[in-house]
Amino acid sequence: MTTTTKPIPKPERAKPRIDWRKLGGRVFQAVLSVVLAMLIGALLLLVSGTNPLTAYRSLFYGAFGTVDRFAETLVKATPLLIIAVSVSICFRAQVWNIGAEGQLILGAITSTWVALTFSSLPAPLLLVLSLIAGAIGGAVWGGIAGILKAKMQANEVITTSMLNYIAVYLLGFLVRGPLMDPNGFNFPQSALIKESLELPRLIPGTRLNLAFVLALLLVAGAMVFWRSTIGFRTEIVGASRRVAKQIGLSVGGTFVLVTALSGALVGMAGWGEIFGLHFRLIEEIARGLGNLGIVVALLGELHPLGMLVSSLLFGALVVGGNAMERNAGVPFALVDVIQGAIILLILARTYFFKKASAS
Amino acid sequence: MTSVQMRGITKRFPGVVANDSVDLDLYEGEVHGLLGENGAGKTTLMNILFGLYQPDEGQILLNERPVSIHSPADAINLGIGMIHQHFKLVAPFTVAENIILGLRGSLFIDMKKVQREIAKVAEQYGLEVDLDARVQELSVGEQQRVEILSSLYRGAQVLILDEPTAVLTPQEADNLGVILREMARQGKTIVFISHKLEEVMKVTDRVTVLRGGRVVFSSLTRETTKQELAREMIGRELSGLRSEQAAVVLALAGAEDASLAAEKIANGAQAVIEVTDLHVNDDRNLPAVRGVDLTVHRGEILGIAGVDGNGQHELVEAIVRLRPVQSGQIRLNGKDATRWDVRDTIAHNVAYISDDRQKDGLILNFDLSRNAVIKLFEREPFSRRGLLNFDAIDEFTKNLIEQFDVRTPGPHVAAAKLSGGNQQKLILARELSQSPSVIIANKPTRGLDIGAAAYVHERLLAERERGAAILLLSADLDEILLLSDRILVMCNGQSMGVLERQHADVQTLGLMMAGTPLASIEKQGAIS
Repeated sequence: MTTTTKPIPKPERAKPRIDWRKLGGRVFQAVLSVVLAMLIGALLLLVSGTNPLTAYRSLFYGAFGTVDRFAETLVKATPLLIIAVSVSICFRAQVWNIGAEGQLILGAITSTWVALTFSSLPAPLLLVLSLIAGAIGGAVWGGIAGILKAKMQANEVITTSMLNYIAVYLLGFLVRGPLMDPNGFNFPQSALIKESLELPRLIPGTRLNLAFVLALLLVAGAMVFWRSTIGFRTEIVGASRRVAKQIGLSVGGTFVLVTALSGALVGMAGWGEIFGLHFRLIEEIARGLGNLGIVVALLGELHPLGMLVSSLLFGALVVGGNAMERNAGVPFALVDVIQGAIILLILARTYFFKKASAS
Repeated sequence: MTSVQMRGITKRFPGVVANDSVDLDLYEGEVHGLLGENGAGKTTLMNILFGLYQPDEGQILLNERPVSIHSPADAINLGIGMIHQHFKLVAPFTVAENIILGLRGSLFIDMKKVQREIAKVAEQYGLEVDLDARVQELSVGEQQRVEILSSLYRGAQVLILDEPTAVLTPQEADNLGVILREMARQGKTIVFISHKLEEVMKVTDRVTVLRGGRVVFSSLTRETTKQELAREMIGRELSGLRSEQAAVVLALAGAEDASLAAEKIANGAQAVIEVTDLHVNDDRNLPAVRGVDLTVHRGEILGIAGVDGNGQHELVEAIVRLRPVQSGQIRLNGKDATRWDVRDTIAHNVAYISDDRQKDGLILNFDLSRNAVIKLFEREPFSRRGLLNFDAIDEFTKNLIEQFDVRTPGPHVAAAKLSGGNQQKLILARELSQSPSVIIANKPTRGLDIGAAAYVHERLLAERERGAAILLLSADLDEILLLSDRILVMCNGQSMGVLERQHADVQTLGLMMAGTPLASIEKQGAIS
């Protein structure tokens, strides 16, 4: 067909193309948000008569102080990181998928079902099959919203949050009905999966397991994705639907692609929670992870490495918060306050910094 | 009796004088047509009268009394109403609710009384509309009547309508004309902004033509003709500057004389763009292109002239497959392209320079390199096995920047940071980089300064020399005359005929743009 007249460049290794000033600015903004949120928390602590330094020291020690504590921080960060990476794909396409909660639940349901139903299969094969099943479950749940948006211009914020409700109640029905453990004394939970299916522990004596490696792989995968043609297509659709149409990209097709892809990854997070931590389907499998993952994605500026850092921060807040409650007598609710403050500051930051850069 | 006098109104925007000491008198009981091409300053002038802009110089007198109008609220209080192209109605509310929306009154509204008052106004001017209907259930024409009614109910004596027929079906437009005449008969002053000659002739009492921000012509409608108005709108003759520029551009491009190009066609140059009996609809799904035939040969520029909104835009969009074809055929390079999609045109190397470079041509917050490969990134060497090759992309972008003299600090600057001329150069660079055999240029110099426009002209002529078939749509008749080998004039969705450039004069083009087919002009011997 057509040939470019330009010389084909030497196959040297791609130089990283990083705008350090811009990156520095963004990191500064993110760090500032967190520091300000911690200051707000400190103010609350002062008012309630606790020394903030003591409290924060026990929080920090609780999250990073020993190998065990740090491992637990990574455990908490794992699903948040996977979810953040997933939703960032949708967000960069300007598709506001807030259905991670539901997609995670679906992934957990389908992967557990496969593990329980085909338990006679060899463990490694069954583990892979259940991971695929989890991805499919999440992909379908996400893809529904994508199809509705592509075909009927249904607002994805509405559809994904409605699908979250459906998923929650579907799970509630399943663990009390078809999937309820027959020997479980009527607890709303499924039977345990085979012991041979439990994900290997990375550090013995801790709960840190292979799912964390999966999360890191997905981060690496995301870095590649944004350098791929599909990633570029996604960004074009996100940047301008009009230009996308002018150059013949299927905008609706991209909606379906990003929602299904992001659902598939979130479904894998559901798989990780079951096979790495709980070993059975429980009702509180999602427990707000979906929404927290969105915050992690935004704080990480939708950049894979940024999200890696912000997921660690949120993991540390949860684990350290528990320690702080035990050791410094500060209620865990303070962690909620700090998280809430971070969310508010992220929103405010977008507003204020846009204004600053506009003037 | 004059109701409005605008004296010496000047309004400058960064880089452009939208109104240049404009004088305008509006009389009671008249429909006054304000005519001009897009960008002539009609809407700016009326936005000043309605208080949306403040003039930099000049004065407005209302009933012989100087007034200062700082906001639309001031204008409404002074009895001036304006109906924009986009209606300002709340869709789920009823007609009556929309009309009283924002009016100050007592806390409780006597809806019955209000409805009676509105109904009285409606009856007085023949504005039939169901006051209890919800606006979302109304047709566009009915919504427009609601807007008019709303203005009248607020006591408008002067009513400005900004291209009111642009959104209407022909029947609705006729109805609107009747309503406007009736309002004028009862003493209202109506300003009718339009660039459609036909309806200006039909509806207005007087007409003022704006061109380049100045009043160039004013007359009683019955004392002028469509042809005269068309001529005034598009400008009488090539300016001296333009002719000089033409010589320079032609010399730079090393272009042969157009008559030679014509000879080449006669000698059987290959037809590259062939359109047969094409029918295309506009955004409202009404026929916009009604049976157009055209052919563009290798090494030829076919210019499409016409007053804006006569189907040229839809024609061009259909050829690049951005708009569905109702019937007829498009052939590109001998292949049937009627059922292609946009990606097929890109794969077949059809270059398209769209008329809105900031919205359709570029992604402004992407850097130059990503904009440069936005159509090509799926090809080698820009990507391999699904992964982008940033070295190849940067190399390619640097080459384009150099070859097309794009003034930029580097390939990784956001496109938004470039000036309009450099943005257009980047688009040209991208579209021409693959040596296209078909080039569709939709108003390629719109909004550019003379230097940048000359550069675009030079490039297009160079492409013609290379052998590309170029279809050039422009609102600028000078540009058409400067570049085209042949000129097709469109009016009302149809071709009025094709002129060789050396036979084209503004007189004939004006007649054709106003709707006289070339064949009947020749019959009358208008061309000697």
